[in-house]
Amino acid sequence: MLSGCASGDATPAEGDTAAIITTNGSEPQNPLIPTNTTETGGGKIATSIFAGLVSYNAKGETENEVAKSIESDDAQNWTVTLNDGWEFTNGEAVTANSFVDAWNFGAKFSNAQSASYFFDDIVGFDYEADSELTGLKVVDDSTFTVELASPEADWPLRLGYTAFMPLPSAAYDDMEAFGEDPIGNGPYMLAKKGAWEHEVKMDLVTNPDYDGVRKPANGGLTFVFYASMDAAYADVQGGNLDVLDAVPDAAFESYESDFPERFVNQPAAIFQGFNMPYYLEHWSGEEGKLRRAAISMSIDRKEITDVIFQGTRTPATDFTSPVIDGYSDSLKGAEVLEYNPEEAKAKWAEADKIAPYTGTFDLAYNSDGGHAAWVDAVTNSIKNTLGIEAIGKPYPTFAAALDDRAADKLTGGTRAGWQGDYPSLYNFLAPLYQTGAGSNYEDYTSPEFDALLKKGAAASSVEDATAKYQEAQEVLLADLPTIPLWYSNVTGVWSESVEGVVFGWDSVPLYSDITKSE
Amino acid sequence: MIWYTGKRLLQMIPVFFGATLLIYFMVFSLPGDPIAALYGDRPPAPGVIDQIRAQYNLDKPFIVQYFIYIGNFFQGDLGTTYSGRPVSDVMAKAFPITARLALLALAIEAFFGILVGLIAGLRKGKLFDTSALVVSLLLISVPTFVIGFVLQYVFAVQLGWARTTVSSEAPLNELLLPALVLASVSFAYIVRLTRASVSDNLNADFVRTATAKGLSRRRVVGVHVLRNSLVPVVTFLGVDLGSLMVGAIVTEGIFNINGVGGTVYKAIKLGEGPTVVSFIAVMVVIFVLANLLVDLLYAALDPRIRYAK
Repeated sequence: MLSGCASGDATPAEGDTAAIITTNGSEPQNPLIPTNTTETGGGKIATSIFAGLVSYNAKGETENEVAKSIESDDAQNWTVTLNDGWEFTNGEAVTANSFVDAWNFGAKFSNAQSASYFFDDIVGFDYEADSELTGLKVVDDSTFTVELASPEADWPLRLGYTAFMPLPSAAYDDMEAFGEDPIGNGPYMLAKKGAWEHEVKMDLVTNPDYDGVRKPANGGLTFVFYASMDAAYADVQGGNLDVLDAVPDAAFESYESDFPERFVNQPAAIFQGFNMPYYLEHWSGEEGKLRRAAISMSIDRKEITDVIFQGTRTPATDFTSPVIDGYSDSLKGAEVLEYNPEEAKAKWAEADKIAPYTGTFDLAYNSDGGHAAWVDAVTNSIKNTLGIEAIGKPYPTFAAALDDRAADKLTGGTRAGWQGDYPSLYNFLAPLYQTGAGSNYEDYTSPEFDALLKKGAAASSVEDATAKYQEAQEVLLADLPTIPLWYSNVTGVWSESVEGVVFGWDSVPLYSDITKSE
Repeated sequence: MIWYTGKRLLQMIPVFFGATLLIYFMVFSLPGDPIAALYGDRPPAPGVIDQIRAQYNLDKPFIVQYFIYIGNFFQGDLGTTYSGRPVSDVMAKAFPITARLALLALAIEAFFGILVGLIAGLRKGKLFDTSALVVSLLLISVPTFVIGFVLQYVFAVQLGWARTTVSSEAPLNELLLPALVLASVSFAYIVRLTRASVSDNLNADFVRTATAKGLSRRRVVGVHVLRNSLVPVVTFLGVDLGSLMVGAIVTEGIFNINGVGGTVYKAIKLGEGPTVVSFIAVMVVIFVLANLLVDLLYAALDPRIRYAK
């Protein structure tokens, strides 16, 4: 290790191109059908097996894979042209129909795919009945056109997400069976039929016919499924696992010394905060605005991320994430996210003049997710600054907490979080704060925000779009439908035998670049 | 004896129905919508959740759900998990591994526990006895996960003598370390039980008689003392087999063993009725059979116990 540093030798070690990289995973929630894979366990396997129109590099920028070009004059009517020569591992050619049919399958109501809403902006989509995506038209084998319901400048950005992967025609005979042994066109493929050992592991080998931008420098990938990250951490220490993409809480203090120069701790596309419902007394209107700002300024984010999370969280300065293009730490009004006890007390007192505060401030969380420590720290911070009673309100499971949240039965704030599906500001804003959006549980509504979001989506350039999205965030900073807390970092470690471990924008290592030597 | 055994086996039927009904009801009563929770912070389209709820009969009243489950159960269909896998497949993977782990642990704790307990009992107050007491006290008071992490760190990470976690085939040599962890607490109890029982029996009339008859010490200890001392130990082992089968969640987690405890824990968290109930039903059967075996063993161990019609 030391000699390697001293010599300053920059040439990468020769990796064994046949070596299999082992990494941690978790049992996919569903058979691996791209449009039904919206969780991370299945997601990282699916993106290894499939190649979509585009893929994301380490910075979260898109690079063309199957697509030769994705073009539009008005951001509403898109023409997608495909590269020639792409094949699924069963020999079938990847054509325009491979995409159009797969997207239609994913969007169809009766197929009940978890990612169906990703197609809702394509003309023809219906949330309540089976309906064809009439906005998709196959021109020829290597061209199709897409008509969106309204202009969206950053529409191509999302096409690297699992939901947009192509499917071979063999899939439609029996989709469930296909999901057990998926056939893709990505850098890796299943080592054999039945390579998915449920709850245990999944073996992938390189796809010899793959010729995209993610050409593997190794011989394959084995995802070992862990129920506990502590066991996975011990396995990297014991030499049974090459790459771990999530250091367990228990090792936060020691991972940097356990794996000198073989660890990463950087912000990820995960935003965390807590929401104050608008149906609660004291939390709407002008009084609510003041109280939200007061609460936000009474939390010492820096200290909590340092003490509770050992620096594995980064205090929030906006509503997105530092890894997203267009992120800013200097939005107008962002000072409301800084710890400022005097100002917090002043705002709280001002709100009390409108209507005196009564009762206890509580913050709901699910106790099976390791949230108790930070919730206590946050409520203590609020209590100490504002001098009100503030406590955590544990629910036994996520399901129980979600139930009260969805039924508008909360008695206080609720933990809220978002992990980006694709690297775009829009993905962090629209699903959570747009009027009537799917994850807008607390029913925030702001015509100004909605209008800015719409303008951003319809902007002709990405720069214009970013400017509008930042303005939209400034509306959020004034309203604070959610109190931003911090961005979760990706923390990973790897063994001495591997090199070239770089984490992507989505907290998943870029597996194809990893090399391994014995 | 046969009559007794038959009667005990027949008792399993109401126990089975009672336990499954109760457990199904408990899972049903868990707060929250299990399907909505599957998707975390990103809910799918509203219609998607309804369709999936209907697919798993979650839209029906409790008693209908239960009878659908029981009806399918007797046709050999245990239902599916929320990921679409047949519960029978999940069981076929989890039970063999857990059974191997539990039996290995049981063998370790029984053999070493009785051996140490016997020696300690025979040498009451001596150094060996005192050390056995101290060690067992230590094992009882230190939580299993501490023992697990320490053994894993020392033997697997530092010394490299064992694999840190158990691989998918779970061969016996890899299961040895987890089995030791699993056995540790019960080992301590068995040492104490055996020791107390042996030292009691050493002063019993029948032992004095046996010694007076001029039997060798080996025969007195082996046949008269040990055999009679085993009654409480066997009772403990019988109950322990059950808890080793289901209570290995901590150990399974540390060594990443895909066994019964972890599967049931996960299923409870997901609110997966069919999985939880199917597993529990099998466990109930195991518990009942283990208890029956213990009762039958009493008769073999203690000549004073006989089961009449």
